[in-house]
Amino acid sequence: MNAPLIQPQTSAWSIYRAIVGIGVFCALVIVIVFQSTAERIKRNQERFLAAAISEVLPATKSTIAVDLGEDGQLVATTESLTLPVFLSYDEQNRLVGAVLAAEGMGYQDNIRVLYSYSFEQHAIVGFKILDSKETPGLGDRVEIEPHFIANFEALDVRLNDNGDQLNNRIVTVKQGEKNNPWQIDGITGATITSEAIGNLLNDSAGIWIPILERDAATIESMPAGGQ
Amino acid sequence: MATKKVTPTDEFVKGLWRDNPVFVQVLGMCPALAVSNTAMNALAMGLATTFVLLMSGLSVSLLRNFIPREARIVSFICIIATFVTSVDYLIMAISLELHRALGAFIALIVVNCLILGRAEAFASKNNPGRALLDGLGMGVGFTLALLFIGVVREILGSGSIFGFAVLPDTFQTWTVMVLPSGGFFAMALWLLIVNRLKQREVEAARQAQGVVS
Repeated sequence: MNAPLIQPQTSAWSIYRAIVGIGVFCALVIVIVFQSTAERIKRNQERFLAAAISEVLPATKSTIAVDLGEDGQLVATTESLTLPVFLSYDEQNRLVGAVLAAEGMGYQDNIRVLYSYSFEQHAIVGFKILDSKETPGLGDRVEIEPHFIANFEALDVRLNDNGDQLNNRIVTVKQGEKNNPWQIDGITGATITSEAIGNLLNDSAGIWIPILERDAATIESMPAGGQ
Repeated sequence: MATKKVTPTDEFVKGLWRDNPVFVQVLGMCPALAVSNTAMNALAMGLATTFVLLMSGLSVSLLRNFIPREARIVSFICIIATFVTSVDYLIMAISLELHRALGAFIALIVVNCLILGRAEAFASKNNPGRALLDGLGMGVGFTLALLFIGVVREILGSGSIFGFAVLPDTFQTWTVMVLPSGGFFAMALWLLIVNRLKQREVEAARQAQGVVS
């Protein structure tokens, strides 16, 4: 068993040469592929986002990305934010609403959603899941269940009299127990996911809707351009 | 060992049936079970894996005299990881929806033991032509196996194939088939069928031999 293996010893130099050589080769391949696909991936992402925006707010013809400035006021931005906020304008450059991305913990992983706010109705009027890894057949029913999607045709997010927070907390209730326009009719069997969506919308809307309502006048005077 | 001459066709065909990576070698089970919940996902995963198999096989074969024995595993993994990263970018460039559906499993192609196995057992010992044929055969065999599992799971779990409804609305879909456990059921079913067929093949060969002698 202890017979020595008669194999020529490879010099350290040729091992270094091979590893560094392979490293350079691999780096080159990755750089070439990255460079040649970057443009298309960027276009795909823009197209995906534009399609998602017009899905949640069909009247949208153009958008402006906005963010909070240093003085706490809403300002137009060209930076791509992780959870962007867009103002949406129709063909006549009238402000029709805002489209916001929000994120929160679901059952398996973070859920990313896109929703739209109507200044006229003071309500969430569109909703789409951008990214979720919820259990197939259970949690992922939030994407297809008609009665759940119907929650977001007009989900009330009216502000209180001071205009600094939501008048009613967005809450998810048990399936069939929705009595108020600010409640989300949950899904039996997808309780955690539907509650997670209620919470993440409440958190995001609670921060952004007061800001959007307060600065609505200044936003409307912004020249519409963008995408 | 007495070996008869292996033709290029054999190199390609062996991955499809005799040495099928999923049904015979039972390699790469993680993606085979996890991403085969629909036929489309199974096909995309199979094609992505085939691409990585081809490119890594070709690279390993071309560099086989340059890579010393001691540094072979690290070199192979590095090459495989490079092509997995490439395929990740390529899928994003083709379709973001597809990329979203395959999720983390694209990155996990790198640890699919089938690919390292072919690099180590075949590509590092053969010329680029044979390595390409072997990679293509194994890749097509892997894709077909995933597709077989995916079709069964999608029909029973969602009542459709490639998103087209094939069963009436009255059909109660089996949610379990879409869940990971459904992968095991579908896999077991196919293993049963494949093993039965292989057994018959062996019996037939034995009988034929008996007749001859």
